[in-house]
Amino acid sequence: MSFLNHLINGISLGSVYAIIALGYTMVYGIAKMLNFAHGDVIMVGAYVCFFASSSFGLPPILGVILAMVVCTVLGVVIERLAYKPLRQATSLAVLITAIGMSYFLQNAAQLLWTSNPKIFPTFFSFGGQTGVSLFDGGLNISYAALVTIIVCIVIMVALTLFTSKTKMGKAMRACSEDKAAAQLMGINVNTTISMTFAIGSCLAAVAGVLLCSAYPTLQPTTGSMPGIKAFTAAVFGGIGSIPGALVGGLLLGIIEILAKAYISTQLSDAIVFAVLIIVLLVKPAGLLGKMIREKV
Amino acid sequence: MSMLNVEGINVYYGAIHAVKDISFHVDEGEIVTLIGANGAGKSTILKTVSGLLHSRTGSITFLDHGIAGVPAHKIVYQGLAQVPEGRQVFLQMTVEENLEMGAFTRPNSEVSGGIARVYEQFPRLKERRRQVAGTLSGGEQQMLAMGRALMSKPRLMMLDEPSMGLAPILVEQIFDIIKALNQDGTTILLVEQNARMALSIAHRGYVLETGHIVTTGTGAELLADESVKRAYLGG
Repeated sequence: MSFLNHLINGISLGSVYAIIALGYTMVYGIAKMLNFAHGDVIMVGAYVCFFASSSFGLPPILGVILAMVVCTVLGVVIERLAYKPLRQATSLAVLITAIGMSYFLQNAAQLLWTSNPKIFPTFFSFGGQTGVSLFDGGLNISYAALVTIIVCIVIMVALTLFTSKTKMGKAMRACSEDKAAAQLMGINVNTTISMTFAIGSCLAAVAGVLLCSAYPTLQPTTGSMPGIKAFTAAVFGGIGSIPGALVGGLLLGIIEILAKAYISTQLSDAIVFAVLIIVLLVKPAGLLGKMIREKV
Repeated sequence: MSMLNVEGINVYYGAIHAVKDISFHVDEGEIVTLIGANGAGKSTILKTVSGLLHSRTGSITFLDHGIAGVPAHKIVYQGLAQVPEGRQVFLQMTVEENLEMGAFTRPNSEVSGGIARVYEQFPRLKERRRQVAGTLSGGEQQMLAMGRALMSKPRLMMLDEPSMGLAPILVEQIFDIIKALNQDGTTILLVEQNARMALSIAHRGYVLETGHIVTTGTGAELLADESVKRAYLGG
């Protein structure tokens, strides 16, 4: 029974990783860059939601929506100011800029909100309970975990429909495959890249709220470790692939929680990354990634 | 007034001067071909007209609108489509999705009718409509690239090396299709290394050498020209 508890916690944590990984993987797919500031957008989202509910007394749902709006704008602005001028630059220059942007956001947060941890409010409690207890307390599932898993499923279904059924979604796939050909179709590549950043950052806000609901300590560095883990998840599943982000995120979350429970709390991160290395040795493009073949 | 008028363009790749002061024109209803060896600047010219590259000088006029410096995604809306070199179909998307992308500039109501017309012209594509383009043969991919360009209902279609890498029988087929498209009213600007095929269907041609136009004339004149024969027709 305790295994089942751990498994559910793992799936829940993995769902958060998956939602964050989507932002990495979609941006990588289209702009061919690793947006290392993505993890810090999560942190900003969590702060916005925190202040909306604790300082302004807004209901949680409004706090979440506000966080989504702020992060969407933030993501688009970051792309315009920091990455767009480097569209023709080497990938190394873009990478360093992304790392710089990550530090900038963390330090700005420290300046604005200090580095004292904030305790994130409990949003998911019904009738004084924060979860359900089954089998005489043998199985405890928190509402936060349930909501996280459901939200992750909804987001995955919505994104899959968006990229496979809508004109803009298909244009996004076309851009990620071949920018020149996409332009010849009449697709505005810059707009498409902005839209991808908007979607990824909006999801980052959702992930921030879900993450802090499960692990309620909020500080300026809150986003960095989950950001790196989610990046790992995206690589694990095959970077550029949306189903890959889901598979990678879930596996990473489950492995991490099970390693914590049964092997060692200290070693859990090391185990996660060891598994990543093994997967990449066997499948260099990740679990669901496609090897790019050059066609002559 | 010609449909497409290119006046004195100069295009550079970094320090390399790829296209040197080139001028040419395409009249409505014509098939015009640019021939020349590899590296003569043919593809560069097409990319400059379609807006993927930009000229430092001169002017490009299409249907009385100056299009030099206009981004590629806006030029498509004016009725100018390019079938790129190496086909560049979206390999991970299905045949039908590729065609839908070709209709990106058109209202949604026109898409299904456009797809039906392309399938009429290329029945092979209809058989493979649900397959991803990466599984198609080279000839099928070329048909798809042409069908995709047709989806935008172009007044002028530019084709970059449509015969590249295809078996001779397929090359004949592709050129028959180009001729048929032209007879249906699409103006064609064709870049080819296969000079004999290109000149045999073209109304007029320009011969390029290292970024310059060296000769021009009707298709028949160029086919009979001694220097063209020696340099490009293997005789």
